[in-house]
Amino acid sequence: MTGLQSPELFSLAYLSPMTNATILIDPPLVIGGHRFRSRLFLGTGKYRSNAEMVQAIEAAGAEVVTVAVRRIDLDRRKEEGMLYHLDPGKFFLLANTAGCYTADEAIRYARLAREAGFNEFIKLEVIGDKETLLPDTDGLLKATRTLVQEGFQVMAYTSDDLITALRLEEAGAAAVMPLASPIGSGLGLLNPYSIRTIKRRLNIPVLVDAGVGTASDACLTMEQGVDGILMNTAIAEARDAVAMGAAMRHAVEAGRLAFLAGRMPRREVAVPSSPSSGMIE
Amino acid sequence: MTDLKLIVNGEPRTISAPATLRTLLATLDLDPRMVVVELNREIIRRPRLAEVSLADGDTVELVHFVGGG
Repeated sequence: MTGLQSPELFSLAYLSPMTNATILIDPPLVIGGHRFRSRLFLGTGKYRSNAEMVQAIEAAGAEVVTVAVRRIDLDRRKEEGMLYHLDPGKFFLLANTAGCYTADEAIRYARLAREAGFNEFIKLEVIGDKETLLPDTDGLLKATRTLVQEGFQVMAYTSDDLITALRLEEAGAAAVMPLASPIGSGLGLLNPYSIRTIKRRLNIPVLVDAGVGTASDACLTMEQGVDGILMNTAIAEARDAVAMGAAMRHAVEAGRLAFLAGRMPRREVAVPSSPSSGMIE
Repeated sequence: MTDLKLIVNGEPRTISAPATLRTLLATLDLDPRMVVVELNREIIRRPRLAEVSLADGDTVELVHFVGGG
């Protein structure tokens, strides 16, 4: 069995399927002093039903789930609130500032989210463009500085730009979350080099947020060495969201394990796997 | 008895005076543990909801967590 939880460590011990001996231990993911059990973070938007969402999250083995802050619709049933469906004792609720286009707006949403009383973490989004939903990195840096001063653990949704990522780290972000490709696009990891470089240069955790479309995208992303992935649409819009949740769990673990194992070098020529000596005449 | 005119989540509403934020939530059948309240752009923490009185013309935002990525 692979990926067995070690509850004391909150890290994954990978076990040999034959002997059950430990192959390797994945160090726990720690963000802002908090240890997380799973490297797969899930969004909770766009599911066909809340029941399917909860089953998909469970199949994915996710601990961190993101939520958005919105007005209560006073004319409809209040049970549309996520707290009626997700037990905050069981899942780590990570609020986002999705839909905010200025630093001030994002700061306002972050403060409201914190007041809900679950944790100091915020997935900070400051969007710069309606069509691509790409981040406004100036606004993002500004909001990060303010929120860090106010004691937030800022996880900043950002572009795959190294310089912005370095500045976010300098500004005190707890983690950076560069995109694989635009939100909800399912285009997969468009620039593995940028993501790898950001991971190599930063000391804080790097989690890829947005763009993953299917399991191979998640696996390839984790193989770059990043600390985790946040995804939503890939699971919510799959024909079978629960099965895709399970697929993503395996993909994230496989990619992580492959990264830790260390891949073989790429070569331009073939190297035989069978002996070249001892051929019959 | 007078009515207070409020803007709640962008819509005009009236409530009988005197009223606190706690009264407003009760009127709307909302569980205070599930709601975050902003009064005239200032967050009012839960323990204070019963102390803060509403005034004519107040703007109230009532937010909660919904599904999102």
